[in-house]
Amino acid sequence: MARTAEGLLEMRGISIAFPGVQALDGADFTASAGRAHALIGANGAGKSTLMKVLAGAYGHYAGEIRIDGRTVNIRTPGDAKAHGIQVVYQEVDTALVPNLSVGENIMMEKLVHEMKGRHLVRWGEMHRAAEDVLGRLEVRIPTRKRAAELTLAEKQMVLIARAMTTDCRFLILDEPTAPLSRAETERLFRLIRLLKSRGTGIIFISHRLPELYEICEDITVMRDGRVVARGRLPDMTQQQIVEHMLGSKWEGQFPRRSNKPGRVLFEAKDIRDGGKVKGVSLFIRAGEIVGLAGLVGAGKSELCRALFGASGTVAGEMTLNGRRLAIGSPHDAVRSGLALVPEERRREGVFVDETVTANLTVATLSRYTRLGAWLSAAKEREAAGGIISRLGVKTPGGGARVANLSGGNQQKIAIGKWLLADADVYLFDEPTKGVDVGAKRDIYELVAGLAERGKGVLYATGELPEIMGLTDRVYVMYDGRIVRELITARTSEDEIMLYSTGGTGT
Amino acid sequence: MKTKNAAAWPGGFRLSDWLYKYGTLLTIVLLVLIFGASTDHFFSNSNLVNILRSISIVTIIATGLTVSLAVGGFDLSVGSTASVACAVCVSMFVWYGQPLWAGIAAALLAGLVVGLVNAFLVTRFKIQDMLMTLATMFVFQGLALTYSRGATISENMILPGGDFATGQIPDAFRLLGRVPWIIIIMLVVVLAVHLFLNYTKYGRYMYMIGGNPEAAKLSGIPVNRYRLAAYVISALLAGLGGIVLGARVGSAEVNAGSPYLMEAVAAAFIGFSVFGAGKPNALGTFAGAVLIGVLSNGLIMLSVPYYAMDIVKGGVLAAALAITYIRGRH
Repeated sequence: MARTAEGLLEMRGISIAFPGVQALDGADFTASAGRAHALIGANGAGKSTLMKVLAGAYGHYAGEIRIDGRTVNIRTPGDAKAHGIQVVYQEVDTALVPNLSVGENIMMEKLVHEMKGRHLVRWGEMHRAAEDVLGRLEVRIPTRKRAAELTLAEKQMVLIARAMTTDCRFLILDEPTAPLSRAETERLFRLIRLLKSRGTGIIFISHRLPELYEICEDITVMRDGRVVARGRLPDMTQQQIVEHMLGSKWEGQFPRRSNKPGRVLFEAKDIRDGGKVKGVSLFIRAGEIVGLAGLVGAGKSELCRALFGASGTVAGEMTLNGRRLAIGSPHDAVRSGLALVPEERRREGVFVDETVTANLTVATLSRYTRLGAWLSAAKEREAAGGIISRLGVKTPGGGARVANLSGGNQQKIAIGKWLLADADVYLFDEPTKGVDVGAKRDIYELVAGLAERGKGVLYATGELPEIMGLTDRVYVMYDGRIVRELITARTSEDEIMLYSTGGTGT
Repeated sequence: MKTKNAAAWPGGFRLSDWLYKYGTLLTIVLLVLIFGASTDHFFSNSNLVNILRSISIVTIIATGLTVSLAVGGFDLSVGSTASVACAVCVSMFVWYGQPLWAGIAAALLAGLVVGLVNAFLVTRFKIQDMLMTLATMFVFQGLALTYSRGATISENMILPGGDFATGQIPDAFRLLGRVPWIIIIMLVVVLAVHLFLNYTKYGRYMYMIGGNPEAAKLSGIPVNRYRLAAYVISALLAGLGGIVLGARVGSAEVNAGSPYLMEAVAAAFIGFSVFGAGKPNALGTFAGAVLIGVLSNGLIMLSVPYYAMDIVKGGVLAAALAITYIRGRH
C-alpha cells in the first residue's frame, strides 16, 4: 500500500459458499471514511452477502478484511462492531424492540454492554443521552414514544441513531429507501450527508439508480458473486450501470404491445372498505392493462385487497363478464376468476418453507389429483416444470425450497401460481418491488403477455415509468379515492404525479 | 464455533443437519442398545410388543395433536377430550347398558362436539390457539368430571341413588384395549394421518396454512374451513384415544386422559425433525412416542425407582429435543 490507508476499509478476495451456491467468488471492495459508496447488483448478485460478511454475520469466508491498512479479523457481529462497522438492515422491525421506547431502542448498545457494575437504569439520564444523539443527527422524534408507533422512516432514523451511539466508522445501509416516500428519502439523505461530513463512511445498497447520484461518490457493481465494475459514480451513466448489472446490452425495458383492448370485462362500483377505500369505481377491458397510480398510503394495496375479498369489511358491487360477483373471501375471488399478486411477497405471496412445486400448484391443487383428493406428484411436477421454464425461474429444480431463491425468482413464483390458475382478471400490487432489473423485464413481458391473451390486468405501482411504459389507461388514487382517469398515451409522469399528490390541475 | 465445524466437512456435509434429520432415530437406537446391553429381557418379543402397547394411546392422541399443529394451531385440550370420550363411552355401557357401537359412537360424537367448539373459538376470536385451547382444556376437564360426578365410572359402581350400576362392558370393547388390536389401531391411525397430510390435497392445504396463513388465504384456500377440520380431526383422534383408554383400563377414571397431554406434546415436537421434515408429521410423532416409550420401559427394567423416573425421562427428552433443534440457524 503506497497510499495512506488511514480511513480505508478494504475487503480482498472474499469468497464464501453455502450448500449448493458459491455466493461470493473473490470479491474485492473498498470504502473510505467520509464518502458514500454505492453497492449495486441484481438480486442474488451477492451484495447483501458481502455486507453480511463485513458485519460478521458469516464466519466461514475466505479472504481478508483491512481497516486503516491493518488486517482485522471479523468473524462475529461483535468483531464487526468492535471495529466500528454498523448495519441498518432493510427489515427494520427485526432490529427494534417494539414495546420499548425510542430512547431505550437508541441506547440499546449502551444498555446492554455498558452497564458494568450498575444494575439500575437511570431513566432521565438515558432519555437525555438519546435526545442528545437525535439532536446531533438533527432528527426530531420524542424519545418516550414506543418504537411500535413510529413510521418506517422514523424507525430507520432510530436505528441509525443507535449506530451512532457507538464508535461507528462505517455504516452499511441495506436498501434503506425502498419503502420510503420521496419526502422521507430526502430526510434520510440529509442525514447521510451530515454523517459523511463528520467522517463516517457510508455503504449504500439500493435498486433505485437515479437517487444514487444524489448521495454517493463511489460505486461498485456486482454480478454473480463477483465485482464487475467499480469507480467514481459521476463517471458512470445509469445505462452503463444497468449493463454491468445485467452483463448484456439493455434495450427497451418495456415490451412492445400490439393488442387492442376489447369489451369491458370487469367492473367495480362504489367499493368501500373502512377508512382506506372510499367509494372507488373502475372498470377493466379484456386485453387491457390498467394502471393504478398513487403514492404510498393512497390506498392502492387496500383497493387491490378489497377487490380480491381479502378484507372482511368490503361494501360495493362487482361484475365480471356481466355476471354479478359475490366475493366475501379470496376463496370466492379465485373461484370467480380473479387473481392477486400481493405486495408483500414473503409475507403474503409465497410459502418460503415449501418447495417451488408446492408453491406453484397451491392455487390449482384440485387439478393434480386422482380419485378425488389423492395428489399426483407427476402431474404437479409437470405443471410446475412448465411454469419454471416459461418464466425462466432460476432454481435448481422444482423440489428446491423457495426460501433459497432470490427475490425476483420468488416473485416469479408468486405470479406463476396464477398463470396456472388461468384467471380472467389479474391484480398486480407493486410486482416489481425489490426485484432486480432482469427479473423486472421478465415480469413486464409476462404482464403484457396476459393482456395479449385477452386477460384484464390492474397494475398498481408507485413507479411512474412502469405506468407510462406498460399501461393503456391509468387511475390515479389519492387518499382512498380515484381522483382521475387518464389515457396513458395522452398523459405524462408529471401530470400523474400532480394528481397523486392531491393537485387538481385546473 | 458451529459454523466453523460445519465448514470443515467436505462435500457440504453438516453434522448439525445430519443430527437434525436422524438425531431422534439415533437417540432411539442408542437407548435400545444401552437397555439391551444392561438388561436381560429388553430384547424379548413380549417386551417389544409391550413397548408398542404402552405407547399406543399416547401415539393416537399425539397424532391428532399433530394435525392441529400442521395448520399452525396447537390443541392443548386433547387430554381433556380423551377424558370426556372415555367417560361418555364407559358410561354408555355401565349406566345405560348400551351396545358396543352406541358407546363408541357416543364417544366420537362427544369428540366431534369438542372439536367444533375449539374450532369455533379459535377461528372466531383472534386469540392464540394455545391460550384458547388452554381455556377449553379446563372446561372439558370440568365437564368430564361433572358428567361422572367426580367418580370413577366402572362396572357395579354405586350410583348416587344407592343402587349398583347394572350395565356390563362388552367383551368386544375390552378387546380393543388388548394386543394386537390396540397396536393395530395405533398403526392404522398413524398411517392414515401420514397419508392424509402428505398425499392428499387437504393435507397439503393444511401445511400451507401452517406455513403462511396470509399467503394461504390469498391463494384462495378457505383457511378457516381447514383450521376447523384440523381441530375436529384432532378432537376425534383424542376421542379415539379416550375410547381405547377406557377399553384398556375397563373403567373411566377421573381425569384419565390428562396425563397423556404432555407426553403427546413432547412426542409431536420431537417428531418435527425426523427425516428432516421440519414440520409436524405423523411418522415423526410416532418416532417421538417410541422414544418416550422405550425410555420408560427401559428405566422400569433397570429398576429405576418410580419417583426418580421423571428426572431421567425429562433429561433424555431435553437431550433429544436439543439434537432436534440443533439446526437453530438464523
